[in-house]
Amino acid sequence: MTTVLQVNNLQVTYYTDSGRARALDGVNLTLNSGEKLGLVGESGSGKSTMALAMMRMIKLPGRIEGGQVIVDGNDLMALSEEEMLNARLSEITYIPQGAMNSLNPVMRIGAQMVDAIKAHDSKSSKSAIEERCMEALESVDLGRNVFRMFAHELSGGMKQRVCIAIGILLKPSVIIADEPTSALDVVTQRQVMETIDRVQKDIGCAVILIGHDMGLMCQFVDKVAVMYAGRLAEVSTVRQMFSDPKHPYAQALISSLPSLENKGVFHGIPGLAPSLLRLPSGCTFHPRCPHVMEVCKTTVPALRTVPGGAQVACHLYPEKA
Amino acid sequence: MAFARLLIRRLLFLLVVIWAASTITFFVPRLSPRNPVRERFAALARSGGFSPTDLEKIIAAYNTKFGFDKPLWRQYTDYVGSLARLDLGLSANQYPKTVIQLIQESLPWTITLLLTTTILSFIIGNLLGAVAAWPRAPNWLRSIATPFMLLQGVPPIILAVLLLFFLGFKLKLAPLGGAYSIGVIPHFSATFVWDLFKHQILPALSLIFGSVGGWVLSMRGMGVTIQGEDYVIFAEHKGLHGFTIFRDYFLRNALLPQVTGLALALGSVITSGILVEGVFGLPGLGSVLGAAIQSNDFLVIYGIVLFITVSVATMMVIVELLYPLLDPRIRV
Ligand SMILES: Nc1ncnc2c1ncn2[C@@H]1O[C@H](COP(=O)(O)OP(=O)(O)OP(=O)(O)O)[C@@H](O)[C@H]1O
Ligand code: SF4
Ligand SMILES: [Mg+2]
Repeated sequence: MTTVLQVNNLQVTYYTDSGRARALDGVNLTLNSGEKLGLVGESGSGKSTMALAMMRMIKLPGRIEGGQVIVDGNDLMALSEEEMLNARLSEITYIPQGAMNSLNPVMRIGAQMVDAIKAHDSKSSKSAIEERCMEALESVDLGRNVFRMFAHELSGGMKQRVCIAIGILLKPSVIIADEPTSALDVVTQRQVMETIDRVQKDIGCAVILIGHDMGLMCQFVDKVAVMYAGRLAEVSTVRQMFSDPKHPYAQALISSLPSLENKGVFHGIPGLAPSLLRLPSGCTFHPRCPHVMEVCKTTVPALRTVPGGAQVACHLYPEKA
Repeated sequence: MAFARLLIRRLLFLLVVIWAASTITFFVPRLSPRNPVRERFAALARSGGFSPTDLEKIIAAYNTKFGFDKPLWRQYTDYVGSLARLDLGLSANQYPKTVIQLIQESLPWTITLLLTTTILSFIIGNLLGAVAAWPRAPNWLRSIATPFMLLQGVPPIILAVLLLFFLGFKLKLAPLGGAYSIGVIPHFSATFVWDLFKHQILPALSLIFGSVGGWVLSMRGMGVTIQGEDYVIFAEHKGLHGFTIFRDYFLRNALLPQVTGLALALGSVITSGILVEGVFGLPGLGSVLGAAIQSNDFLVIYGIVLFITVSVATMMVIVELLYPLLDPRIRV
C-alpha cells in the first residue's frame, strides 16, 4: 500500500465582513492508493472547503493559511501557479457539488473534454485525443454519441457521468467527488455511485466522496471521516464507524440514522452547530457533548489513533500505547 | 419543419408591423392642418413671382397631382396600394424627386455611420464590461471600464456638441461638419477617402461614447453572474488556462443576452443618429427627415419613418432567427 495523499495541518480562513471564519482548522488525513474515503459532517462543517483547499481553488474572501497537500510525493501548496494548473485534473480531480450546471451550455460535451486534455497535453493528435474522450465516455456507461451532444440534451444522471468522465480523462491519483448524487433520484444515485466505484477500480486512484447520505455512501467507501466545525472528529473504517463509533459527535450522528429499531424516533443532536466566527474553546463540540470534561473546555484534542485502530480527536480516549 | 413555421410566423409579424407603422405614420402628420404644397408656394409667392390667383391655381393643380384633394380614406387606400408596389411617392418639397430616391441618396451615409459605430461600440463595450466582471483580470484593465460607465446616460447629442466645441472648434483636431471639405468634388482617391473619414470622426465618437457605457454596464452585470456559474468553476478545476475559460466559458455565455440587446440597439440608435447627423450637417437619412419634418413633407416623413421601422423589425427578426446558432438550447 503506497500513500498517495497526505494532508498535513491544512488551514483555511474566510475573511468575512463580520469577522474571520476558521473554516478549516488543521486537518490531517492520509489515503493509500485505491482507498475510498467518505467525508461526512453537517452543512457548513467545511467539507467543500477542504476539497477546494486541496485543489488550491479557495477564492477570496477565503485564504489557505497553511498546511501541505502531498499527492504522489509532491506538495501541491509548493507548486507555482502554472504547475498547479497542470496538476489539476492530472494529479487531483474535483467533481463539483452541483454537477447539474457544471457543463457549459453552449459548447458540445466533446469540446469540453478535448479542451481539458489539450490544456495538459499539447502533443497528442486530434484523433488520439478524441478517442480518449470517447473511451472515457464509454467507461462511465455513456454512448460515444454523447461526444457530439449539448448539456441540455442530457439527463441529470448523464451530466453527472460526463463530469466523472472528464474527471478521469487524465487518470489522476486522487478524485474528490462533492455530493455527486445530491440532485439525483434514488435509482440514478446508485448507478452513479457504482460508476464511480468502477472507474476507481479501473484507474486505481484514491477517492474522497463527500456527502450527507451516510447510508448510501457507506456502501461504497472503505473509510469514513467525520468533520465537525472545520476539524476531523473521527476517521475509521466503515465497520468500526457503524458498530462502534468513538467520538461523541460520531456516536450522535450514527444513532440519528434511521434503522428498524429506532423507527419513528428521531434522535437529533441537541444544541446548535457552532458559528465559525466564535468557535468554542478547546474541543469545539464541548457545548453539545454529553461527556464533556474540564479539559475539553481548554485543550484542543488532537486526532490520534486509539486502541482498535480508529483515529479520534477526543479527550475520552487515551493514546494507543 | 419547425423552422419553416417559425419563419412564416416571423414574416407575418413583419407584415403586421409594416401595416401598423404605415397606418400610424400616415395619420399622425395629417392631424396638423398644415399643407406642404401651400407652404412651399406661399413662400415662393412671398419672394415675388406670381399673383395670389395664380398661386391658388398652382396649389390646386399640385394638390390634385399629389392626391391631397381626395377624401382622407381615399388617400389612405391609395397610399397602401402604392406601398404594396414599393412606391413611396414623391417629395412635395423636393419635387420631382421620389421618396425612394431621397432615401437612396442619404441611406449610405447613415448606414455607414450607424452600423460602424454600433458594432464598434458593441465590441468595445462588451469587452470592457466582460473584463470588468472577470475577477482574474488585472486591476488596471478592469478599471478602464469605469469612465465609460460614467458616460452612460449622457445623450449622444450632448456629447456631439461637446466634442464639436472642444475637439473641433477649440483644438481644431477634426473638421466642424459636413460630409467632406467645402469645395472638394467627390471622387475616388486616397485623399478624398481620408477627407471623408476625418469628417466622420466626431459624429462617430459621439455615438460610440454615448452608447459604450450601456454595453459595459449590462455586460458587467451579466458577467458577474456568469463568472460564478458552476461551469466556469468546473473549467478552472479542469486546469484550463485563464484566457480559454474567459473566452469559451465566460464570454460566450455572457454575450447571449447582449446579442438580443444589439438588435434593439440598432433600432434605438437611429434616433440619436438622426440628431447627431443634424449637429454635424451630414447628408444622411436624419438630415433628410429633419428637413421633411420642418416643411411638413408628408410622403418623405412616411417613407423614412416607415423605412426605419421596417429595417428595425427586420433586423430583430434576423437576430431572432440567427440566435439559435449561438445558443444550442433554443435550436428548433
Ligand atoms: N465564500 C465564502 N465566504 C465566506 N464564508 C464561506 C465561504 N464559503 C464557505 N464559507 C464558510 O465556510 C464554512 C464551510 O463551508 P463549506 O461550504 O465548506 O461547508 P460544507 O461542509 O461543504 O457544507 P454543505 O454540506 O452545505 O456543502 C461555512 O460555515 C461557510 O459559511
Ligand atoms: S473532547 Fe470532550 S467535549 Fe470533545 S467530544 Fe471528547 S468528551 Fe466531548
Ligand atoms: Mg459543500
